[in-house]
Amino acid sequence: MESGGKLDGARAEMRAGAGDIWPVMVAAFPIGLLFGALCTGKGLSVAEAGLMSLLVFAGGAQFAAVELWTWPVPVAALVFSTALINARHVLMGASLASKLARFPLWARLIGFHFLTDEAWALAERRAMWRPVTPSYWFPLALLLPVGWVGGTVLGAWLGSFMGDPQRFGADFAFTALFIGLVAGFWNGRITAVTVAASGAASALTYLAAGPPWHVAAGAAAGIAAAYVAAPAEEGA
Amino acid sequence: MSVEPATLAAIAAMAAVTYLTRIGGFFIAGRLALRGRAKAAFDAIPPAVLVAVIAPSALATGWPETVAALITAAVATRLPLLATIAVGVVSVVVLRALA
Repeated sequence: MESGGKLDGARAEMRAGAGDIWPVMVAAFPIGLLFGALCTGKGLSVAEAGLMSLLVFAGGAQFAAVELWTWPVPVAALVFSTALINARHVLMGASLASKLARFPLWARLIGFHFLTDEAWALAERRAMWRPVTPSYWFPLALLLPVGWVGGTVLGAWLGSFMGDPQRFGADFAFTALFIGLVAGFWNGRITAVTVAASGAASALTYLAAGPPWHVAAGAAAGIAAAYVAAPAEEGA
Repeated sequence: MSVEPATLAAIAAMAAVTYLTRIGGFFIAGRLALRGRAKAAFDAIPPAVLVAVIAPSALATGWPETVAALITAAVATRLPLLATIAVGVVSVVVLRALA
């Protein structure tokens, strides 16, 4: 009975993880469709778009990459932009690490490939009242890629029949998506200062020097502006 | 269904650097205690980078794109993500037709 009870516990954990993530998985599908279509518009193949969604598995960084994508492929600019956008994972992982229970090293090493804003937020929420177990984390972690990678592959395939995405305003879709994502990170006055500094520096650099320098210039200006705008810590 | 070597290299490098950010937290857990301005600067990284990427298309393309970006920003805090995107795309199509 003891092992049966433990198994029931694991099953309940799995059900909780799947139940928490499924709306996110559903929402990821159409955004994946859009990402796949944008990839096709930039000349990536269906396999390449699908591989990126599977291996990188970070929406914001991927949309930025496809926007920066040119031929020949600017590998350094893509890696730089990806590292900057995903740097937040370090803090997210550091925060979640202390809330994991019964996670052997392999489960940490594999499980955290699937760390996303959404999975992290759900796990942190659960950690407020119980430790996060692998039985909870893995359904949560593995269902989101189904929506994201599936959407990407279908979108890339459909995109090849669509022709010029600009006709449908689809080239503006990632601009709108990023505005929506920024709204999700909104934290009052400091964010407003960050957005203003980053937008101005990026647009001016783009006009003066061209891509991909606008990303570094805008990011540096926005981060510096947030540093200056925040109150100085006491006694530090 | 082809995969170009240069494209594969870019994807692999992006995947590697992303994986390092995901696993990096475990190795600094308990050691990183950002406060005050350093924390504000770190928290500002996602919006600063996202805005830097789209600023040319929003601000340096033409007035329809700039106005559509402002409309999108106005609804972004009130609508879910997909509805925000729909508003942005419809706005830019309508405004380009007027331009």
